[in-house]
Formats: sequence, C-alpha cells, structure tokens
Amino acid sequence: MKRRSIKDTRHEGALFRRRALVGFALIVVSLGLLMARFAYLQVVRHDEFVTRAQNNRVKPRAIPPARGLIYDRNGVLLADNVPAFRLEVVPEQVKDMPALLAQLGRVVPLDHDDLDAFAKQLKQNRRFESVPLKMHLTEDEIDRFAVNRWRFPGVDVVPYLTRRYPLGEAFAHVVGYVGRIDADDVDRLDPVRYKGTSHVGRSGVERSYEDMLHGQPGYELVEVNADGRTQRVLETHAPTPGSNLYLSIDSRLQRAAEAAFEGRPGAAVAIDPRNGQVLAMVSVPTFDPNLFVNGISQVDYDALTHNPDKPLYNRALRGVYPPGSTVKPLVGLAGLETGFRKPQDTVFSTGVFYIPGQSRGYRDDVRGGSGRVNLMQAIEQSVNTYFYKLALDMGIDRLSSYLAKFSFGRPTGVDLIGEASGVLPSRAWKAAHSREPWYPGETVIAGIGQGYWAVTPLQLAHAIATFAGHGIPYEPRVVMATQQGMDAPRKPLPNPPSGPSLIANPADWDAVNQGMQMVIYGAKGTGRTLAAGFPYLMAGKSGTAERFSRTTNAYDTNRNTAYLASRHRAWFVAYAPADNPQIAVAVLLESGAWGASASGPIVRKILDVWLAEQGGVLAGATRLPAPTTAAARTPLPATTPTDDEEIPVAPLPEGGTP
Amino acid sequence: MIEMLYVRGRRFLRRIMTRPRIDLPLATGLLLLAFIGLVTLYSAGDGNLALVGGQAGRFALGGALLLLISRIPPQVLRSWTPWLYAGSTALLVVVAVLGEGRGSIRWLDLGVMRFQPSELLKLTMPMMVAWYLHPRRLPPGWGDIAVVGLLIAIPAGLIAEQPDLGTAVLVTAAGTFALFLSGMAWWRIGVLLAAVGGMIPVAWHFLHQYQRDRVLTLLNPESDPLGNGWHIIQSQIAVGSGGIFGKGWQHSTQSRLDFLPEHTTDFIFAVFSEEFGLVGVAALITLYAFIIGRCLWIAMEARETYSRLLAGAIGMSFFVYVFVNGGMIAGMLPVVGVPLPLISYGGTSAVSLLVAFGVLMSIHANRKRHA
Repeated sequence: MKRRSIKDTRHEGALFRRRALVGFALIVVSLGLLMARFAYLQVVRHDEFVTRAQNNRVKPRAIPPARGLIYDRNGVLLADNVPAFRLEVVPEQVKDMPALLAQLGRVVPLDHDDLDAFAKQLKQNRRFESVPLKMHLTEDEIDRFAVNRWRFPGVDVVPYLTRRYPLGEAFAHVVGYVGRIDADDVDRLDPVRYKGTSHVGRSGVERSYEDMLHGQPGYELVEVNADGRTQRVLETHAPTPGSNLYLSIDSRLQRAAEAAFEGRPGAAVAIDPRNGQVLAMVSVPTFDPNLFVNGISQVDYDALTHNPDKPLYNRALRGVYPPGSTVKPLVGLAGLETGFRKPQDTVFSTGVFYIPGQSRGYRDDVRGGSGRVNLMQAIEQSVNTYFYKLALDMGIDRLSSYLAKFSFGRPTGVDLIGEASGVLPSRAWKAAHSREPWYPGETVIAGIGQGYWAVTPLQLAHAIATFAGHGIPYEPRVVMATQQGMDAPRKPLPNPPSGPSLIANPADWDAVNQGMQMVIYGAKGTGRTLAAGFPYLMAGKSGTAERFSRTTNAYDTNRNTAYLASRHRAWFVAYAPADNPQIAVAVLLESGAWGASASGPIVRKILDVWLAEQGGVLAGATRLPAPTTAAARTPLPATTPTDDEEIPVAPLPEGGTP
Repeated sequence: MIEMLYVRGRRFLRRIMTRPRIDLPLATGLLLLAFIGLVTLYSAGDGNLALVGGQAGRFALGGALLLLISRIPPQVLRSWTPWLYAGSTALLVVVAVLGEGRGSIRWLDLGVMRFQPSELLKLTMPMMVAWYLHPRRLPPGWGDIAVVGLLIAIPAGLIAEQPDLGTAVLVTAAGTFALFLSGMAWWRIGVLLAAVGGMIPVAWHFLHQYQRDRVLTLLNPESDPLGNGWHIIQSQIAVGSGGIFGKGWQHSTQSRLDFLPEHTTDFIFAVFSEEFGLVGVAALITLYAFIIGRCLWIAMEARETYSRLLAGAIGMSFFVYVFVNGGMIAGMLPVVGVPLPLISYGGTSAVSLLVAFGVLMSIHANRKRHA
C-alpha cells in the first residue's frame, strides 16, 4: 500500500500525454516513410513499372521433377517412371467450370476422386496454371477427346511420367506405392515444391523416403497473349530430379522367400547382422501396388479389403504375435549376462514346474520331463522348466530391462513408417494397461515368450541379428545407398551402430550360440531335420506360440496337424554361418502346427537362395564336409510334428501330475 | 424472473440504439474506412457481390459488438482483465497440445467454426499490461518492466512456436506500446533496444527455414519466381504502374489478369494503389493517421491509468497493421500474413478490430469531465 500512496496521478497523466505525443510523432514519421516509398514506386519508377505491367505477359510455369527410381541391391529396377497422358485444365480459360466438367464427363468418364482432387487443387493454384483432372488416359479416351477437343477450350491432353512397379507384388509391402495427391496432401505438402506434381509416396519406401525421391521443380517462363494463352517458352530452368534409391534387399531372395510361403499368411525378415541391412522382408499374402498408382477401382479395392487374409496388412512391420520359445536363447543370455546362471548350471525337468508354495503347475512339453539339462540342452530341446525357473530367479525387472536392449517393446528404428512396438512384459507395461498387480506366474511364462509378449517379425529378426552380430546393435535399414542422376556413383547411406555391444562377456555368446547350433545339429534338437546338405554351420530356434488359451480338453485329444495349425503361430529364427554370422532370419506362419516343421523349411529355403546369391562360398566360415550319401541334398522330409515341441501355460488340475 | 431479464435486456438495447456512447469523429473515420474497404473489395474480387455482401455482414456484426462493448465501463473490463488474459493464454496452450492447421498449428476446431486464439491476445495482451501497471507507481522500474516482459513473452512465445511470427510480432507490439506509454524512462528503453538488437543474430538462428527464406527473398525477389519473390515483384509492379492518379476503379490489370496473388486479402492494398494512385494512397494513409491520432486523443482524455494505457496501446498497434501490410505491398518488409485493417477481406480480423474499437468507445464515454 505504500507504493500506492506515492502514486502521483497528475504527474502520470502529464507523463502519458508526453509519451502519446512522442508516439504519435514517431507514427507520423513512419507513415511518412511509407508514403515516401509509395511515391518512389509510383512517381520516380512509374514509367518503368507501367512498361513492365504492359509487357507483363510472361508467367512462370512449374516443371515437376522426375521422381527418383528405386533399385534392389543388385540394380534390379523396382520402381520405374513410364510416360502416360493426362487431362489438364487451365482455369482462367474456362468460363463456366461446372458446365465444362459435366460436358467433359460425357466424353471422358470422370469419377468422384478425380473431381474432388481437382476442386481442391483448383483453389491452391493460380488461375493461369493448369490443374490435372484425370490421370492415365487410355488410348480410347485420348482418341475420343481428340475428336471433341474444339468443344473444350482450356482443356488439353498432356504427357507426364507415371510410376510402375515391375516386380509388383513381391515388393508391395517394402517399396510401397505412390498415389494421387488428394485434398489432405494439399494441406500437408509444400505448395512450391509440389507445384505441377500429381503423385506422392503413400506407403513403404515411397513414403518414408518421399523427401529424397521427390526432387526440386524447375520452371519455364512462358509468354502469354492478352487472353492468357501460351505463345512461346522464353527460358527454361530444368528441374532437379529426385535421388535414385538402392535397397539392401536382394530381389531374388525376396521373391524366393515369398514363394516359399506358398500363399500361407505369414512374414519373413532377413537381416545382415554385420550392418543392419534388411536382405528380405516379406509379408504374405501381398497385392499389386500398380493398382494404386492411378486410383484403384472400387471393385479391386473391395476385393483387397474383404479378403480374410488381409493382403494390404504388412505383417512384417505391423503384425504383432507372441514370440513363444524363440526368445529362449535371449532369456538364457540374460541369465548369463546378469550372473544368475553359468552355462553348465543344470535344472531338473520333471514335466511340470511349480512356483514354491503354489499349487498351479506350468507344463513342460515332454511328459515326464527332459531330466537334468544345462543351458545348451535347454535351448536344444526347448525345455520350459529351465526358463521358467530362470525367469523366476531373475525376476521380471531384470529380465525385461535386459531384453529391452534388443528393441522388444519399442520400434527398432527401421527406415519405414508405421512400425508396431509390440509388448515386452514388464511391471511398467502392466501398470499402464491393467489395475491388477504383477503376478509371479506372469514372470514364469514371460520366460518362455508367452503371456503379454508381442513382437513383430521385424523385431524378432532384428533381435536375432543383433545377437548373431555379437550384440552390436544396428537399426534395420532397407535403403542402403542413394544416387543423384543415372551415371553418378552410388552414395552409401551411413548406418553406424546405435551403441556398444550389448553382450559384455564373449563366453556368454559362445554358450548361447552353441545351444542354438544344437537345435539344428543335436540329437534331440527341435530343428534337426533342417541341416541336411547346408554346407555351413547353422544356428536356430523354433517357436510355437499359442493363439488362444485352452478352455476345453479338446487340445489334449485332438492332435492332428490342421487342428493345431488353427491354434498355433509357428516361428523359426536362424542365423548362418554360426561361426561368422552373415545373415539372420525370422519366419512366422500365422497358422502353423509347429515352428520347426512348418516355418523351418521356409528359413532353410531363404538360406539356400541367399547362399547361392553369394556364389555358394562364404568367407571366414568353416565349410562342412559334403554328406557321404549319394543324395547330396535330400529334399526336406515332410516331417510329422516332433513331440518335443514346447506347449506352454497349461494349468494342471489341482495337485495333478502329468 | 425471465420477464425481468427480458425487460432489462430491452432497455439495454434501446439505450444502445438511442443514446450510443460513441465518439463521433472516430466512428466517422471507421465508417469511411469500411466503405473504402467494400468499394476496393468489389473491384479486387472481380465484381463478386457475394464477397462484398459477406464482408458487409461481418462489418455489421463487428459494429453491433462495438456498440455492445461501448456500454461496458472500463472498470468492469479492468476487473475481467486477468481472467480474459489467463483464458486466452490457456487456449493457446490447448492449441499447442491438440490444435490443427496446415503446417503451423493455429486453429481450434469448435465444430461450428474454426477459431484462432492468438487473435484474442491482440486485445487481451494490452489489457493485461495496462491492468498490471494500473496500480503501480509510474514510470515503472526494472522490476515492473521484468514482470511485464514475462506477461508478454509467455503468450508471444506460444504464438511464435505455432509458428505464426506475424501475429507474435503484433501481440508483442501491443504489450510493448502499453509499457512505452506508461512512461518507461528513455535510458531504460535504450538499454532494452540495445539488448534486443544484440539478440537478432541469435533469433535468426531460431527462425524456421521458410521464415528466413522470406527475409532473403525480400533482398533478392528474382530468386524465388514460383513463391514469395513472385508476390513481391507483382505487387510492386501493381503499385508502381498506378502512378499519381491511378488507373481508375476496376481498372487494375495486375489483379484482373491474375498476376497479383491474394488480391482480396493480404495484397488488396496493391489493388487499391494501382487503381487510385499516389493520391488515393495519401488519402488512405491520412485517414489511418487520423484514426490513430483520435485513439491517442481519447487515451489522453481517459480518467485513469488502465484506460489511458489500453486506449493508447490499441491505437498504436493499429498503426503496426498498416505499416507492416503497407511495407509488404511496397517491398520494404518481408511477406507476412498481416491484413490491411478493415480493407482486407476476412472476418476474424474485421470483427476483432471493431471489438477493440468498442473498448475505445467505452473509454471515451467514461472520460474525464472538464470543468
């Protein structure tokens, strides 16, 4: 209150008056300055501007850049530009636009999408700039328009470049496709950079690398007459075409992987552990991306969206599935690295595991158990009890914080948009999604990749690749190099490791690697049928995850393959050569009876084709002696499911024994 | 109860109609400006009557709000001020969190209409600064200056972040004018200006690339023939070719032949200059100067500090609009989206300006009584 008593209102009034006058004086001076500028333009430079206004017959016209091409790692063309024709309208030359569109629609059919996009772009453009109306005219449409052309001043057939995907379906989920710029895109895109451009990347590499692929538009200065019609081109500033991209994917490997699924829904991802380069990424079934480029017809679109196998769904990137036993090697690694286990420590498997003090049982899949097993044997035979106990001993916090380093529960950072995160079971995740506390039983089943677990095929491939690469983490990349212009050298895109190795002790790696080799070569290995004839050491792990929890006894009585396939997700992960890993693969079948017998052969096929692509010889790896039998490479037997697959989480009746 | 409200409401409306508390010279100036605006818009919009009708409707709405607000005494406005300021700043935060807009996030979608909260700050900002300085001892010391600086910086920062640099500058200017008018010592002004000058290289570093491009384009318009450079060149051709007496109403070739972009909104001044020449420009600027001068006169006549500072700040920020828009048209200032007050087509700007003038009318009605 003291301040207020000092407040001198009369003095303040006078002060304000002085300030207001000074302010007004400054304003008048500034406005005078503005006037002076106008006088300079309107008097001093008047003649010059009058001439320029009269000669103002030159208008700039944008020339859209050619979109960068996309190749596979060997230079096979995956996305091409081909010439086509489209209808364009110059708005200022049209007196009555609705009438024109109505009449034109009778000559060349125009659908809703054409008209919507046209209306939106009409508002964005200057009136003398032509606006595309209909893309990809057929020969027939061009002919019919040519006959009627005199009726439509301001409308013209204009050549342009459209996108074509020669390998279509095999790369639909990776390369993606471009689509016509629609109303939403117009709001999003830089109007200057996209002036004259009609298409933009919609999915896959086409979308995530849009910035590089697009390029910079050029322009030409054209002279127009008093009606605004183009007379001649005065000068041309060429556009800068977009960069060409080289994928790290090998198209032959990609196509072989896709074929190996024989149409069964699933996904496969192969990664080079030495640099994170994606060598194949397949989601089955797939679709023809060429349908989308110039607007897909309603019939085609309905066929894709109503297909129960969802061809548009990118399973490799977005599909999340319980990983099942494929995470056991990494759980074992976590036990070694955190000091809870030594490789030779053993656990006695009786066929059922109990949390001390609880009566609920957790099953092994071999009735009566597998006996005393160490880590390597536990991986070889996929012994649940070993990992139940290990998870319980470590506790969920240590387990999930170790596995988080392998990008479970978060995006891998691949250079494609729309990657799913999956779920890594943890207290934090459960607290965010449920009011229930964390139960020890959930720790137990997390140890064998069940429960809340959810991973994408890409995540699993990335985790196995990271392990195979001795723990050095690389973010997965599908694009490995760019090229500015046809004859320029390829410029590799750097992809340094995102951190130091995740594995502190090399001996831990050796132990888990040995266990994963025993899966393939061990007498009781779950994948022992897969090794025949492969000239280098393989290492792998099967996984069979349940899609539903068991509510009836049907499971125990009904053991035919078709029934099991309807209940199981079949995984197989592998890397080779085990003594110097150069490829890591993860394969998922959405409906497979058993991981090893259903998905294993697909993995093997991918490895075979990959090896052939390397010339059949790998550097720095032991070559296995050729088999002595005459049939050097026996076809893989159509195995019946081996009994030693893992079947988790079956609560036994109280006090029951298997 | 309802009966009573109805009767009181009718009485209130009748008072507004029969005994409007308005300042006649200011009202005349505004009416003249609105008329010039509609005439120019008719020409710039290629004789589109719907466009002119819509704008006239918005003037009518703004005028009604002006009359309504002129009845609210400044003391009442002052008591609302902290709430209005806090509310509009909170809306900015909401926009920052969930707003939508093209590239920059400025709009709130209310379902019925889209709404730009930063527009509110153009009025609530000087209100808040005036409210804060009202009970203080003036001229303000460093402490009060710092508080006012914070009051300005928070919303201005949020708006600049959207990013909407044009509005951020206008809002900052409105608050700063109130501080200037409060009598802040010249040497303090000098120190602050020097500090701001030193910050310019740093600020340049924080600008978005497109904002830097706009400034650079001003220096070399030919470098950007498809974007802003084109706007600058064509606008100057329009102004320059108008000459002293202009080409006459509806004879702007630059606008007719579509060389001039945005010729009903931000660049309408160029159409006006082309059609009415230097003479027209001089008349229009004189009219603006008259309106600003009248605002400052009303401010000097005001009874207390709050009203004085608020009226003065509104008048001076009106000047900023004119100067920034005119400077852009004449190629002196970069291309920023600031409309020419009451001439450019656009509802939000016209209505919010007339609301601000309603506040001025209220201040005028409650002026000092001269003996």
